[in-house]
Parts: sequence; structure tokens; C-alpha cells
Amino acid sequence: MIVAGIDVGGKNAHVVILKDGNIVAQGAAATGIQKAEAAERLYKETLHKAGLKQDNVGRVVATGSAGKRVAFADGVIADAAADARGVNRLFPSARTVIDVGAEEGRAIKVSPEGKVLDFAINEKCAAGTGTFVEAMARALEITVEEMATLSLKSNNSIPMNAQCAVFGESEVVSLIHQNVEKQDIAKAVHDAIAGRIASVARIVGLEKDVVVIGGMARNAGFIHSLKKEIGMDIIVPDDPDFIGALGAAEAAAAGVLERKVEAKS
Amino acid sequence: MARYKTKGLDCWNKAKELRDRYYKDYKESHDRGGLRWEGGAWSFDAIPQALEGEVHGLSEEPYGASIGHIPELQVRYQEAAEGKWGCARDLCSYMRAYWGSVALNEYAFGGAWPHADFIFQNQICCCHSKWLQVADEIGGGTTPYFCFDVGAGPYDKIGDRQIDYVVGQLYDGIEFIEKVTNRKVIDEKLIQNVYNTYRSNCYWAKTCELNQAIPAPLDEKTMFSLYVLGTLEKSNQAIADFYEKELYPEVKDRVADKIAAVADEQCRVLGDSQPPWGFLRIYRYLEQYGIVSMANLYTFSLIGWMMVDKKGDIVPCPTLEEQGITIKDRDHALRLLAEGELKGKLMWAPFYGATYKNDLVTKIAKQWRCDAAIIHLNRGCEGTAQHQMQLKIALQGMGIPVMTFEGNMADEREFDEGRVMRLIELFVTETLGLKKVA
Repeated sequence: MIVAGIDVGGKNAHVVILKDGNIVAQGAAATGIQKAEAAERLYKETLHKAGLKQDNVGRVVATGSAGKRVAFADGVIADAAADARGVNRLFPSARTVIDVGAEEGRAIKVSPEGKVLDFAINEKCAAGTGTFVEAMARALEITVEEMATLSLKSNNSIPMNAQCAVFGESEVVSLIHQNVEKQDIAKAVHDAIAGRIASVARIVGLEKDVVVIGGMARNAGFIHSLKKEIGMDIIVPDDPDFIGALGAAEAAAAGVLERKVEAKS
Repeated sequence: MARYKTKGLDCWNKAKELRDRYYKDYKESHDRGGLRWEGGAWSFDAIPQALEGEVHGLSEEPYGASIGHIPELQVRYQEAAEGKWGCARDLCSYMRAYWGSVALNEYAFGGAWPHADFIFQNQICCCHSKWLQVADEIGGGTTPYFCFDVGAGPYDKIGDRQIDYVVGQLYDGIEFIEKVTNRKVIDEKLIQNVYNTYRSNCYWAKTCELNQAIPAPLDEKTMFSLYVLGTLEKSNQAIADFYEKELYPEVKDRVADKIAAVADEQCRVLGDSQPPWGFLRIYRYLEQYGIVSMANLYTFSLIGWMMVDKKGDIVPCPTLEEQGITIKDRDHALRLLAEGELKGKLMWAPFYGATYKNDLVTKIAKQWRCDAAIIHLNRGCEGTAQHQMQLKIALQGMGIPVMTFEGNMADEREFDEGRVMRLIELFVTETLGLKKVA
């Protein structure tokens, strides 16, 4: 059976197509404001890449903050539930999942079966998310990728406020004016986010194995800071930002349609 | 087919009528030669209500909650308060809503702001003691203001010394309000008001105790509209009669007849703190999964007087009649009033530390047979939001799944409904593994 999982988040959409349990295609794209249209476009492109048509797909499950907007989906599951399923497929030993995306950072305590036992989410705050790093990279006039690489070269620790993205940016500008090396500022940003995310994770309790997913998991500088902050090893999947979509596809394969899609546009 | 029978409360309209009359009486009191006073839900209203002649009070927190229930009004009032004082958003949101109402010279129940003749308030949190002082500054700050301290210690540390401390202040309060109103406190009225206060508080506690039954006869959303009467004027004869003679017997009958608040009850949820008043529909959403929110330290003991018995269980306090106590005189009345509040109002205990909150709430979770907890991290009330994350750990330690969501009891700008609904769905479907029953 062919099934699809679609994760529509704050900035990007991800699609994973499974055929008899195996990944046959995956795709990602920025969504912009027209999330539903962007998700549908991405879905069709991903199917086309795999030589498939929509009619070939038996079931589609959406997830993510805009998952409900995917009108062609057969059902929607909560993003943390998709994360848990996706991680459980790859790492059944995982007990703590940390998902840091563009707009949200969350920690999930999962059972051996991939069930969500507890969760905590950073509330109404861009600090501790991918958007925060992007803003800081802009202030440093470097790319996010450069920021990750640069921060790994630093051995200095500079305390920084990660409670507020706006004040965080002011602080970065102050550090630039003080002629602090960019690599040290980059590390300070990652340390600050790691501290913030770790405090969210401690709410659910950090238990081995810890798996970090979401777009921020691609940032080696952040992962380095987070490992140090929590004092534990971290597993990062090969495609950490596809895990939500993978979990949604797993749910589709299992016939989980927790709720119907509610909006068409 | 539904698991249990369900129906609305027969006494529901009476509760609405009493509430409406309260706010109308306050507004019209001067027209009838009566006095008006402002205070709070914990103000020992038995005392000012014992002044000779017609007297009506306005209780600040339920007034703030009434505003909180109307999103359009709450934002306008919050912004009016912020525009006047530039007040921080972490101040009590009831207080900010109340201030905005005064600043705009609007009474939420119609007409211009009805100024009080005096203020009779007590101090349990910092907002309570300053709230009406600041509100009064709009009119020049000339309203006579008496505030007494009830921070004498948690319920299990109350002895004669603590009662003396409060009673001494109550005597000062009586002297003060007699002087500023030029009216006397009538002992017969005071004594009757104390009997009524006991009846209101104890019968509400007994009603809450009935919710230990499966199915729960009351859901929290309904309870919010019932406990409010005690926060308005617990010393009032009609309100005490309502709790003793209408609500309690009816809920007792519901338990006997297995009449449920939620017909498909399959999961009993514990709450904490005040709800986000503008978004009570989240409780109706939970019902679709057979979830009934039916226990909460705040909901129980905002007015309900309860105690921890020798076995360590939370039980309702008995009325004076049940204790066979006849009030002899003013001193006896004041002592009983202070003792009842200091020993019986368990929700004051968390002000003295997380241990109290954890102890009391875990007892409630056990005795009321709760399956899960949904905790409102209430940014609008620092007092009731104290120790909430420690409470989460304590409840999880008992094996109770807990979810938290951020919000604000009376400031909708602090509440992201879409996000909270996502969290609730996640918790209900994944962590609790429930499916919609309808």
C-alpha cells in the first residue's frame, strides 16, 4: 500500500511517501503564507518524482501547525504524535524527542511503543527556535550554515539572553560593537538556545535515548551546545526535518485518522 | 447510547437570578437610600453587610471574571487600564479589567461606574490590598478605605493567637466603617450573617464532596456559575438558602439517581487555578471525548470551607448548626468568622508553600478519583498559579497524566486558542488515548 505523510510547519512543508513501509520519495519546500497551496504543490511534485499519481496513494495524513489546512488529506494527527511515531520507527530505544523547528521548540517523552507520554512546548516565544537563529544570523550578516560552522570553532562562553528574540538581536548587535569574534557570538547564540530548549526538555524529564529532530537538528553548532547543556549524547537522524512527515505517513499506514481536515484553504 | 442520564440543574435559573440581582442592587442602592461598598471575594462581607439599613457590596474578582467572560469588553478594559497607568501585563488581569471599567466610567452591567461609599478589603496577595486603592484614585482617592491582613498562616497552623490577630483587626474595621458611614453595625444582623456565611461555605464544600461520585453530578463549567454566589455575598440569607436548600439537595439527588454532568463520562479531569473565562468552550470540547473536568482546589475552596480530617482526607467543614453552636455575641461571631476563614479556606494554604498545594491537590486527585489533570498556567493570577509546575511533578508521581497550557483568566491576548486546542487534542488522543464518543 502507498501512503503519504505531510508536515506543514511554520515555514516549511515536508512530504514522505511510503510504499509497503519503505520510503520511496520525500520532498521539502518553503510554504510562505499560502500554506495549503504550497503543501499541495509539494505533494504533487514529490509524487511525480517517484513516478506516482495521486490515485496510487491509499491514504494521506497531515500534521504540523498548519496540518488542518491540507484539504486533500484523509486525516490529521498532532505534530508531537507524528514526531513520536517517526522517531519510534527509526529509533525504538528513544525515550525523549526534542523537536526544534522554525516556530516552536518542544520536548516529548515517548513510550517504547511510540506513544506520547508527556510533552512540553516553548510558549509564545521565538527564542529557542529556528527563527531565532535566522534573526541572529541576519544580525551577524552570515548564513545559518556559516553560523553553525563558525560556532564550532569557538571555545569561549559568552552569556546571552535567549528569553526574547528581539532583545537577543540587540544583544548580538552590542557584541558586534564590542568587537567580539563572530564565531564567539555564534556560539553564544547556540548556547542560549540550547539552554532554553534544555529547560523545556527538563519539564518532561530527560531520559535516554535522546533524539533531536526538526530543522535545527541540522545545525551542528546547536547540537554541540545542546549536548553540553544536557550532558547526554544526542542522536540526530539523517533527515531530521522529515521526521514529522514520516510519522504522519506511519500513521496513514496504520490507518490512524484522528480527526478530519477542517479547512480547505 | 449514552452511558448515563444527564440533565441541566433545576436550580440553575435561581442562581442566575441571584447573581443578576446582586449587581442590580449594587447599582441601585443609592437610589433607595442604601450604602455601597467595594471589597473582594474574601472580604468577610458579614461585617459591612451588618450595617444598619440597606447595604450592598461589589466584589472585585467576580466582577473582573464577568468582564473576562466577554472578550470584546475585556480587551477594551485592559487597554483602558494600560492607557491610564501603563500597568504591566503580569499584574492581576481581573484587577486590570476592573481598573479599565472604572477608568472608562462604565459599569459592565449597565450605566456609569457606581462609586462606593467605602472600601472594606483584606490582604492575602499584594494585588488584593492595592486594587481598590488605585481604582479609587480616579475619583480623587477620597473613598474611605479599610484593609485587614489575613496572612496569619496556613490552615494547620491556626490557633488562638492567629485568630486574635484577625479579630483585633475586625474590631478596628467595625469602628472604621461605623465612623465613615455614620451607621451602626447591628449585632443581630452580624450574627445572622455569620450563620449564613457558614451555611454558604460549608454547603458549597458538601456539594463539591458529592462530585466524588461516578458519574460526577457537576462539571467545572457549571460549578463556575454556582460558586460565584459565595464570592459575591456569602453572608446573604438568600444565597445561603440557595446553597443549603436548593443546590445541595438537588446535587445529592443527582448522585442517587446517577445523573451525570457529562453523559458519556469516561475520564475525570482535575483542573487548577481560574479558567480562561473567554474560552470556556474548551470544557465543552472535552465533553466530546467523554471527559468531565470536575475537581479543582480553586473551584472547591474559593468559597468552600474544608478541612483535613484525622485520616488525612479532605472533608467539608460542618455548619454552626451541625456543630450545635449558638452565637452568643459580637465577639463570638467575629471569632467564629475568623476561625472559619483561617482554618477552612484551604486554598489560602498554597500561599505558604508548594508543599501545601501538592499535598492538598494530590489528596483531591485521589479522593475525587481523577484520571488526568489539565492545568491552566494562568498568567493573570500569580497567586493561584504558584507552584503549578511542581504540582505537575507531584501528580505525575501518582501516575496521573498532566498537561499544561498557558493562558490568562481575563486577558484574551494571553490565550492562543488554536495552539491550546492543538495541545488538548494531542493530550486527549495520544496521552490519554481517547476517541470522540459522539
